[in-house]
Amino acid sequence: MAFVEPKESFAGKVYQITIGSDKTAVFGGENALPFLTVDGNYPNKPVIAFEIQDVPPTDWPDTVRKAYENVSGDPVTWAKYCQNELNAQAIALRLVGTHPDRENRTAEDAAKTVKDVLAAINVPLIILGSNNVEKDSVVLVAAAEAAKDKNCVIGKAQEANYKTIAAAAMANNHKLIAMSELDINLSKQLNILITQMGFDKERLITDPMCSALGYGLEYTYSVMERIRLAALTQNDATMQPPILADVGMYVWKVKETQAAEADVPNWGNVEQRGITWETVTAGSLMVSGAELLIMRHPEAVKAIQKFIDELN
Amino acid sequence: MALTGVEIFKLLPKTNCKKCGHPTCLAFAMKLAQRQASLDACPDVSEDAKKVLGEASAPPVRPITLGTGDKAVKMGEETVLFRHEKKFVNPCAFAVEVKDTMSEADINKICDDVNSSEIDRVGQKLRIDAIFISNASNDAAKFEAAAKTVAAKAPAAAIILGTENAQTAEAAVKAVADRKPLLFGANDSNAEAMAGIAKANKIALGVSAKGLEALSALTEKIKGLGVEDIVMDSGAKTAKEIINNNTLIRRAAIKKNFKPLGYPVITFAQRDDVMLETLIAVACVAKYSSIVVLSSVEKWKNLALFTVRQNIYTDPQVPMQVEQKIYKIGEPTENSPLMITTNFSLTYFIVSGEVENSKVPCRLAVMDSEGLSVLTAWAAGKFTASKIAQFIKESGIENEIKHREIIIPGYVAIMSGAIEEKLPGWKVTVGPREANALPAFLKSR
Repeated sequence: MAFVEPKESFAGKVYQITIGSDKTAVFGGENALPFLTVDGNYPNKPVIAFEIQDVPPTDWPDTVRKAYENVSGDPVTWAKYCQNELNAQAIALRLVGTHPDRENRTAEDAAKTVKDVLAAINVPLIILGSNNVEKDSVVLVAAAEAAKDKNCVIGKAQEANYKTIAAAAMANNHKLIAMSELDINLSKQLNILITQMGFDKERLITDPMCSALGYGLEYTYSVMERIRLAALTQNDATMQPPILADVGMYVWKVKETQAAEADVPNWGNVEQRGITWETVTAGSLMVSGAELLIMRHPEAVKAIQKFIDELN
Repeated sequence: MALTGVEIFKLLPKTNCKKCGHPTCLAFAMKLAQRQASLDACPDVSEDAKKVLGEASAPPVRPITLGTGDKAVKMGEETVLFRHEKKFVNPCAFAVEVKDTMSEADINKICDDVNSSEIDRVGQKLRIDAIFISNASNDAAKFEAAAKTVAAKAPAAAIILGTENAQTAEAAVKAVADRKPLLFGANDSNAEAMAGIAKANKIALGVSAKGLEALSALTEKIKGLGVEDIVMDSGAKTAKEIINNNTLIRRAAIKKNFKPLGYPVITFAQRDDVMLETLIAVACVAKYSSIVVLSSVEKWKNLALFTVRQNIYTDPQVPMQVEQKIYKIGEPTENSPLMITTNFSLTYFIVSGEVENSKVPCRLAVMDSEGLSVLTAWAAGKFTASKIAQFIKESGIENEIKHREIIIPGYVAIMSGAIEEKLPGWKVTVGPREANALPAFLKSR
């Protein structure tokens, strides 16, 4: 029996997205499943954004908090550190301090933070709310205006608040993250609703909701894989935006990233375990389809970059 | 190519005799096509049909067992490319490399690490499954000695003997033949001698070639020499080569029923950089390797790799469930809050994660609802007032806590009266609808 390479080619293609206004980052654009270069083109490497936040990361576990010990007191210093010392390709600013249960910062406070951070960096900025649907619809509108024409990514628009956030992203020339909860049909539906408002589908990024290794990773993994298959094999335009994996936030709250070795000797060193947890979560989701990843620990990002180099 | 039900039906006796346990030959044919029945069940099938159907119904990836005893690892038998289609069948084996140039103390240390690698996670016992002994010395005596050491020190681990030298292979294989080792290292130039050893000792043979064309030719040659249990290395080293080669192999086996590549795959993930090695192993787990060879087995790395393997090999059609019991989060006292939810693993993970975030010590009663989430379980009658009451009474929690208050998910607020009726003396408090509101809810109490 002679071997014939069972290559497959697809009608569909993932949209290519460029973010940033000074230094830019590009992702998406492939017409093949993740890293399957035998089938088609995979023109851009996944992009990793470093996560920072508008308030000090008092809720982050030690391992990752220590990595930013002297810079995380204010978002501008923190952003510059990520760009200049860690060579960040992009920065993701999470306005978690605006959450009513946290510092409850106002939309004006948030807008000022966005302006200050943008003035200090030249890499692309991703602006994230606190995941409180009511507050986000106010905060992200102000943030989008403050960043007008800087070609940022605004997120996350969800079913309950997408109208105001998508309108603000559209009016101020930004890209938009659409997030739904671990269901390919919900993802598709939200993308349709947003594009029906007149939002350009080529400016969308799909977030099917992340999960940490051991805490539902397989759900995110398979939803991403199915979104990619729909985009490529069915040429479904509503499934062709690039995919986001918001890794750090989900990883650095699970037990495995925090439990002391003394309490769980079988689990080994807590620092290496935490970094590995973020690395493995990110690596798995890249293999299933994520093109844009938001991560926290510099060592985890370094490992992922090496992995990306080997994949291209 | 796998046969369709109708194609199979044409080869059956068409007597509808029901001896196979199915009402008609057509129904039996459909089951055969879905690989849910075995042809052996039909007593009247012709020899010709058996031959055709036997070849077509053999699993596209040959089943092979690594090692012996209750910790033997099954490989192969996969039927799909994507885990959402159907469960990935046999989780890959993790093997750690031991070189026969290492000191006995170093080999013993790795064996100890393997012996103590077992971790219990969501009810499954996970471990490093195998030890790959490489014949780095190219010396027969050293190779044999290392094999004996590993066999003695790691009694439960499967053994893989790695050498391209048939002369050094012979004694090492004999020394541990009762452990059914995998002999790895057959290639185009040593195929006859290596196949001879595998055949004589009735063990599986690992073959290695550069590229899939050469690999197909090699497995055909080995099969022609009388060895059927084969494990393949396509020469893939980088992450990109691994994903591309392994995908083409799986596609050829499953979609084209191409037998020369219908065997489990072994991949060498060793790197100097331990984090990169971990990521290469992740690519192997996700993309179809059956044996992943590592250079080290640190505990934190094991935990992450075991967990990713467990996640990828979970059955997508059966919701992951956690055990029904009352979980302690933090260090609850007899006055700490008691909450209840269902045993769908995602529900449990999200709720327990948010309770941990709140830093408020709690007890979380997780009730068996057959893996359904709260609203679904309520709608299906599996999370009802009487079942909750029964669970709480039988749990013995009344002896552990002083208060009699239970917090229920906001989505089932409607049940609060009914629960109070069934649980006399208890007060039901309605918690938030979504888990992410739990920290604020708990802190404000």
